[in-house]
Amino acid sequence: MTISYQLKRADFIFKNQNDWEEVLSKSISRTPQELINELISSELKGRGGAGFPTGLKWKLTAEISDSTKYVICNADEGEPGTFKDREILSMVPFKVLTGMAVCGYVIGAKEGYIYLRGEYFFLLPELNKIIREFEYYCKEIKFDFTIRIFMGSGAYICGEETALFESMEGKRGEPRNKPPYPSNYGYMGKPTVINNVETLAHTYTIFKYGAKRFYDLGVQYSRGSKLFSVSGDTPKPGIYELELGMSLADFVEEFGDGDTKAVQVGGASGFLVPRKRFNETAIGFQGKLVGISLPTGGSMMLFNSSRSMFNVLDNYLEFFREESCGQCTPCRVGCQQLLKGIKAVKRGEKNTKYLDKLLRLTETMKLTAKCGLGQSVANSFSSIVENFREEMIY
Amino acid sequence: MEMINLTIDHKPVVVRKGATVLEAASGIGIDIPTLCYMKLEDMNIENKPGGCRVCVVEVKGRRNLAPACCTEASEGMEISTHSIRVVNARRTVVELILSDHPADCLICAKSGNCDLQDMANHLGIRKIHYQGEHSMYREDTSPAIIREINKCIMCRRCETMCNDVQTIGVLSAVNRGFQAVVSPAFEMNLDHSVCTYCGQCVAVCPTGALTEVDETGAVIRALSDPTKTVIVQTAPAVRAALGEEFGMTAGTLVTGKMVAALRRLGFDYVFDTDFAADLTILEEGTELLNRLSAFMAGDQQVKLPILTSCCPAWVKFFEHHFPELKDIPSTARSPQQMFGSIAKTYFADKIKVKRENLVVVSIMPCLAKKYESSRPEFSVNGNPDVDYALTTRELAHLINLGNIDFKSLQNEDFDAPMGESTGAGVIFGTTGGVIEAAVRTAYEIFTGKQLPRLDFEELRGMEGLRKATIDFNGTPINIGIAHGLGNARKLLEEIQAGTSEFHAIEIMSCPGGCIGGGGQPYHHGDSEILKKRQRAIYSEDQNKSIRKSHENPYITKLYEEFLGAPLSEKSHHLLHTKYFDRS
Repeated sequence: MTISYQLKRADFIFKNQNDWEEVLSKSISRTPQELINELISSELKGRGGAGFPTGLKWKLTAEISDSTKYVICNADEGEPGTFKDREILSMVPFKVLTGMAVCGYVIGAKEGYIYLRGEYFFLLPELNKIIREFEYYCKEIKFDFTIRIFMGSGAYICGEETALFESMEGKRGEPRNKPPYPSNYGYMGKPTVINNVETLAHTYTIFKYGAKRFYDLGVQYSRGSKLFSVSGDTPKPGIYELELGMSLADFVEEFGDGDTKAVQVGGASGFLVPRKRFNETAIGFQGKLVGISLPTGGSMMLFNSSRSMFNVLDNYLEFFREESCGQCTPCRVGCQQLLKGIKAVKRGEKNTKYLDKLLRLTETMKLTAKCGLGQSVANSFSSIVENFREEMIY
Repeated sequence: MEMINLTIDHKPVVVRKGATVLEAASGIGIDIPTLCYMKLEDMNIENKPGGCRVCVVEVKGRRNLAPACCTEASEGMEISTHSIRVVNARRTVVELILSDHPADCLICAKSGNCDLQDMANHLGIRKIHYQGEHSMYREDTSPAIIREINKCIMCRRCETMCNDVQTIGVLSAVNRGFQAVVSPAFEMNLDHSVCTYCGQCVAVCPTGALTEVDETGAVIRALSDPTKTVIVQTAPAVRAALGEEFGMTAGTLVTGKMVAALRRLGFDYVFDTDFAADLTILEEGTELLNRLSAFMAGDQQVKLPILTSCCPAWVKFFEHHFPELKDIPSTARSPQQMFGSIAKTYFADKIKVKRENLVVVSIMPCLAKKYESSRPEFSVNGNPDVDYALTTRELAHLINLGNIDFKSLQNEDFDAPMGESTGAGVIFGTTGGVIEAAVRTAYEIFTGKQLPRLDFEELRGMEGLRKATIDFNGTPINIGIAHGLGNARKLLEEIQAGTSEFHAIEIMSCPGGCIGGGGQPYHHGDSEILKKRQRAIYSEDQNKSIRKSHENPYITKLYEEFLGAPLSEKSHHLLHTKYFDRS
């Protein structure tokens, strides 16, 4: 099936943030219910990759009665091939802070935290300065909201929301069992909204222009625009804001180098799409609209024919083996088994049927791993092994 | 109470809101296998990290499988605990654990008692389909505990005991990914850490990753050396648990059989640590009375409350964590060390054996006792007062090794003179026992009157922190009891803050006291076993003809012949000790 959506550029995120004072004061003059409705009708979904409806998230947290709640901005941008949050935080930080403050207003939280990736330490001085300015304005308009930055220490797993809470609480960064979800039991056991940097920046757009402006972009189930971090074998790597719902074929047409063999959508935990499926793959959240829709946190890695898919997979598995927190069996041992397994097949120590065993193993990991990391290893593994089996063997 | 309706394997279940799927299932007799999960009901100890993923079940409408141990039951849930999908996943998960395990079951100390081995058997795993690599860590040996980390399955039970229950914080997960393992900080050795050797980590470890230092070989060598006289002492808690190792029901008292078995093994004299416990009471009780009398006479310098000092893990705990309080505990040595010191002086003289040729072995429910016996202050010219401290489990190994049919042994009595003990010595084995024994003696010495009753129910029980006031003929004495070092910490913080209301406090490191010691037969998370052992201890006390330490005729004789009086100079030299700042 061919998808007819064209690639459409958008320009909201990085556009002028100078009216943040107005957006903030205007937003908090509305009722929380109005703001939630605005978000829900925009159909904004989480931009970190998982795609949970943002309005619903705020609504659920707002409905819990508790005198202490938190807003957390997840800036632990660790997915390989993603570099958009860094750009947002250095170009339009006020949009993010405004999004956090409005969220605080909606759910009844007075404290916000930015969990900043350890490697983004260089952003800290400037961000702190901006936060001071922001808090000063909040005080001026008698709006009680403070923001603190919490520095991560370089663990990929701490981008998982519950591991992030643990890390902030001074514990080892390990995902918790879910449920309970953050809306009930988040940071310090309190109701918490945790949103990706980009999600918060989009709420700014929605509160500024209204839900319709946002809703009109994209396609059904995947509304709005999204930042894409384009890397790999492309003549124009960088960050691009595009409407959701485009076909991968159009994307490759625009960004490929003419020899694109495959695209990894969504980073190491995402899916690899081979050339023969470009036409039937759309970039967006799962819906019933078209063939395959792939969600993504924005990482788009292009590979041309000079790349060995074995090396790509080997690289990903090495990454997961290192970055698994190690608490649950399927992920701790499974990742290592997958890595050793493909190497053994490549060296001829195991016959090729072993690949099928490994595929079954990834199925079990998907079913039993405790958090998204262990569950999503299956994505890249099976999509690479199934589509480039010969490269795994020869 | 709000109730929840759900179905498990097509059977309807009603449970209270907040119950887990695992609890709901066990309520209707459905066994969901678990590995990392552990719950000691009466002590409020729970470990459910949801890490091993063995207890996964299928929940209708849920994309992936849910861990039963930490998934709350909710209204209308439909659960399958043993569908093909579940069983396959469960088997794969256990295969994965096994693929990173040395599987040296033939020579593993935990073989036969290993939860992982049981699980592999239960799931009928005959082949491991995945062959990656084994994690390799160096072995860590301390005076009491061996860490064979290659066998660690990251169940985190030890971490729960070390951090949540004991508040020591030595063991926690380090490293990431495949390298993740439970270890002291920076992967240091245990003997460089603040570990108290309480052994609770060993008591709950499901595999052979944490075990005791095995000294049975050294004891066998001593027994086979004709130049040595080998004597043995047995701690009170051992007799209430040893039978479990031979298939007897928990709580069976096996004192007489144990004595018989030790004689069969070739020990020249079989003595009782309870004797030394009586001695401890006289020393410690006198100390308590001296401090109390001084306090009542208006001495503001006197240190109160007095704390018991028979638990070596507890001693190491305050040396590390509360060194400024090191003048407060009683200076009395523990019964094990009192026994060793009397044996190698008084008794050695009596039987005319040189100190170097007398080997003192103790059978203890404890791992810290191994460490205690190795403390340099408890040796003379390099010859330790107690040569080897074996655990209850090690004794069971020796008995099996000697091909002794334990169950059919006839009861025998301890040897004289250090085998006679009172009921007060016996109850040292349970939480609350030491202080009850002390009260029985202190009351009579203090008031000069006979106690109207001997059973102090108010001091007994399983709550982590207990308090009671005993009327010493018009003088109220406030007594505190803590078991588990986390509870002890609370009492110590009160003392530090100057808000403690107590005159005397008993502290035992292990939940339940010595009956729950790290060297006891594995209870596999069943706290009912601990309660049965406790009942056994109290029933032994009931059946003793003498139940007050100061009425032990051999103790009286020991003071007459050798020591003089409690707290005499000789007593100070042989029966008391001092503490060190290890912070």
